[in-house]
Amino acid sequence: MSSNVTPKSYGERRKERIDELAAASIDETPGVSLIASAWRRLRRNPIFLLGLGITVVFIVLAAVSPWIAPNDPAAAPLLDKVRPQSNPVPGPEPGFPLGADDRGRDLLSRLLVGSQQTLIVGVLATVFGLAGGLVLGILAGAFSGWVDSLVMRIVDVMLSIPSLLLAFTIAALAARPSQGTLIIAIATIQVPIFARLLRGSMLAQRASDHVLAARALGVKPRAIVFRHMLPNALGPVIVQATLVLAIAIIDAAALSFLGLGNPDDRRPEWGQMLGKSQEFINEYPHLAVYPAACIIVVALGFTLMGESLREALDPKTRR
Amino acid sequence: MVRFIVRRLIQMAGVLLVLSLLLFVWLRALPGGTVSAILGERATPSRRAALEAALGLDQPIYVQYLKFMQRAVRGDFGASTAVLPGEDAFDVFLTRLPATIELSFFALLIAVPLGIALGYFAARRRGTLLDSATVVFSLIGVAVPVFFTAFMLKYFLAVQWQVLPVSGRQDVSLDGTRVTGFFVLDGILTREWDAAWDAMLHLVAPSVALATIPFAVIFRITRASVLDTLDADFVRTAESKGLTAQVVRGRHVMRNAMLPVVTTIGLQVGGLLAGAVLTETVFSFGGIGQALFESFTQKDYAVLQVLILASATIFVVVNLLVDISYAIIDPRVRTR
Repeated sequence: MSSNVTPKSYGERRKERIDELAAASIDETPGVSLIASAWRRLRRNPIFLLGLGITVVFIVLAAVSPWIAPNDPAAAPLLDKVRPQSNPVPGPEPGFPLGADDRGRDLLSRLLVGSQQTLIVGVLATVFGLAGGLVLGILAGAFSGWVDSLVMRIVDVMLSIPSLLLAFTIAALAARPSQGTLIIAIATIQVPIFARLLRGSMLAQRASDHVLAARALGVKPRAIVFRHMLPNALGPVIVQATLVLAIAIIDAAALSFLGLGNPDDRRPEWGQMLGKSQEFINEYPHLAVYPAACIIVVALGFTLMGESLREALDPKTRR
Repeated sequence: MVRFIVRRLIQMAGVLLVLSLLLFVWLRALPGGTVSAILGERATPSRRAALEAALGLDQPIYVQYLKFMQRAVRGDFGASTAVLPGEDAFDVFLTRLPATIELSFFALLIAVPLGIALGYFAARRRGTLLDSATVVFSLIGVAVPVFFTAFMLKYFLAVQWQVLPVSGRQDVSLDGTRVTGFFVLDGILTREWDAAWDAMLHLVAPSVALATIPFAVIFRITRASVLDTLDADFVRTAESKGLTAQVVRGRHVMRNAMLPVVTTIGLQVGGLLAGAVLTETVFSFGGIGQALFESFTQKDYAVLQVLILASATIFVVVNLLVDISYAIIDPRVRTR
């Protein structure tokens, strides 16, 4: 790593890594498009296919879960089996293959339906983070000068604080913890990463020949930004979004565990189920194991997919 | 070098100043905020006003901030309202700090050698089954929520097999003498060997759980960095001039590949601080992580403010130190 000649701050290094990824958006290989050449390599990559498989199954499951869940996740059909002293968590029985939770609700149905909320939290946190990053990144990348400096200084301050700690703080400072504040907290810590990433690839685009050509032809600035620069700058951002989905799901679980998530458990979510399981962890560890296993598999799916996408698009490993 | 350190110190002060301002404004913008937290939601308006006046909350926000900063530079951040009621908030941080340092130290003691060794071997055997297996293993390490690892360690080691204590830092019945606040070190200093050993046993499960975060990162950086270095021209030169494989590996590959790893270890402090909140909560470990958790569940804003600012400060300071040590290790930086 001969590039690391001068000592750099944490923020600077995070910046550099992000810029490196951003640079991956300009591809000068003639003839084959970036996506086509990446796809050719990804098609034969077992790690990518595994990640893709997990992701597709998860999304399909989340979409159809209300119809395939055997019971209503909010109803408590086994409530009469719950004995606070002797049997706080009813075990499996016909019709309830995984048993119930401490309120007599069907665990399998809650897991199935929980996939939906988990997907919603992950996607919304990523989309909001991406949206915030897009606004800041476009502002900075499209107009240089003081707008760029101002936006980037804000981003730098955010990058110099450990991100999960920042998420805890944001969620803890909310008056009443809810699904909304959890999503906002996780989205906020992604904003600086997306902003920096997009700015970098926008700058790379601005210097490219096709933008120069568009400018020479008299295309309006707004059209240059949105039609010529932005679509070409999105590649690394999309890769990052895949990875952020995994991080968002894991971080959401951490926040829920600390009691910073949605307190209303009628609509189950995996992180929240895992968080609430700690009360019975020593007697009934399965209450933690099932939702945790779901989170791990799904997060792994997104990570495998994102990492192999990144490798396929990274000019360093592309050879 | 001096100029570099001074520049970084100024940068650091800037970041912390902005952070303190944001945190301050945000905390005071909360509906209800401290007054509701102390008096409850249904307090009479006159009692609220009296407390607001007593806490100085009725003044304009910039006056409050300036007063806060004035006291803060003297180390006075106000009194804790819930974590250790009445105690100075900064003292809460100081009494809880040794536990977290001890925990993080042992976590790094596990993660660093293991991460470097496995990363190196994975890189040397690139493309083999062993390589792929370790890479997937490290990705699983990233995907498993750290508090779940903590749950499972606690469940198996402490509850099922009962080989390790369930929670806390030391068996209370031992009544170990406190010198530094680092329980293992205290036991050694006072020659209370049973106390030191007991504190060690209490550290095993939490530090293994916490170690999973830095381990995965250090492993991946080491692997990538060794791969990069193995391809470097100077390694080929060293090999072609007939140096033994051992010398090439030790002097040429490892020494160069370790540079980015050293920086990464510094960056792990951030992850450790966030991970400590989760691990300490599971094991009731009583460090700043658990104090942070207590402060935001019990709305103790004075403590919360100190802990966040202090964590951020620790984080930037450690990274500055790592950068300075980096300049010492790398002769290319030194010559500048």
